[in-house]
Amino acid sequence: MADVVLFEFLHAEMVAELGARDPDPGPGGQKRSLSVLEGTGFRVGQALGERLPRETFREELDVLKFLCRDLWVAVFQKQMDGLCTNHQGTYVLQDNSFPLLIPMALGLQYLEDAPKFLAFTCGLLRGTLRTLGFQSLVTSSVATLPACKFQVEIRKS
Amino acid sequence: MSRPAHRRPEYHKINKDLFVLTYGALVAQLCKDYEKDEDVNKYLDKMGYGIGTRLVEDFLARSCVGRCHSYSEITDIIAQVAFKMYLGITPSVICNNSSRNEFSLILDKNPLVEFVEELPAGRSSLCYCNLLCGIIRGALEMVHLAADVTFLQDRLKGDSVTEIGITFLKKLDEKKYRRKK
Repeated sequence: MADVVLFEFLHAEMVAELGARDPDPGPGGQKRSLSVLEGTGFRVGQALGERLPRETFREELDVLKFLCRDLWVAVFQKQMDGLCTNHQGTYVLQDNSFPLLIPMALGLQYLEDAPKFLAFTCGLLRGTLRTLGFQSLVTSSVATLPACKFQVEIRKS
Repeated sequence: MSRPAHRRPEYHKINKDLFVLTYGALVAQLCKDYEKDEDVNKYLDKMGYGIGTRLVEDFLARSCVGRCHSYSEITDIIAQVAFKMYLGITPSVICNNSSRNEFSLILDKNPLVEFVEELPAGRSSLCYCNLLCGIIRGALEMVHLAADVTFLQDRLKGDSVTEIGITFLKKLDEKKYRRKK
């Protein structure tokens, strides 16, 4: 659908601009850039969380399943491909073909840029969880483009 | 996943909301980074330009528009096909001069400002939707048309309508267009 494309183009432009803004080319600057992207995603996730059709969640796992199915379909037109948990508040969400990574899936040489393309979505997940009542830490990792994993740690209040 | 998520109609709205919300968050971030409205406007235009240069390919692939023979036709396509396709609105087109190279798009509805009631305090010169101008300019440049695109009126600034002005800068070379296939 055409409006999906608009978001993907906007996201790519944001990664290119906000992701490279910090004058410090070292790890400190990188961290700040990723933090800006993550923060933007967080704001959007919070707002989106209020707009998603809600269900009553019997337990924490149901919330994560909701993210993997409903949020992912609404935002990326596909479900998450895998969900694992240690049943102690840590979850790993696996997407084998993450749409925001596909444009740069040209092989391992671009792996070091991958975190920039995932930061917004990490924030999106964190923001949605916050609206649903959960504090969390969301990080990501990429082994082979365009597959990626999102690690969600639910923080006990 | 045990239960398949059916494609519910509300998801379509969420998709639209996603772009609008992301855009809002982007403008907020730029306002944090740049003190002057002109700088934010310039940056939005620049980002829009980057998007436009790539969006045009997507547009041409989806729309299969034929050859255009006038600036008027091109502007109509921008308003009636492109805006409709990507933003779900159809601005009306006005031609502003007799040489037929200056046009206005009048936006009755503007989905980008759906969640914006007014400009932030101290940001009276902010062209909130300036991304759109950059997108149009970038897209036109990729089909070899130079144009100036700016907001002439903005409801967010208190004007009665939102109006985007497109001024085509070079004479449309008909021969050049016929040869392109």
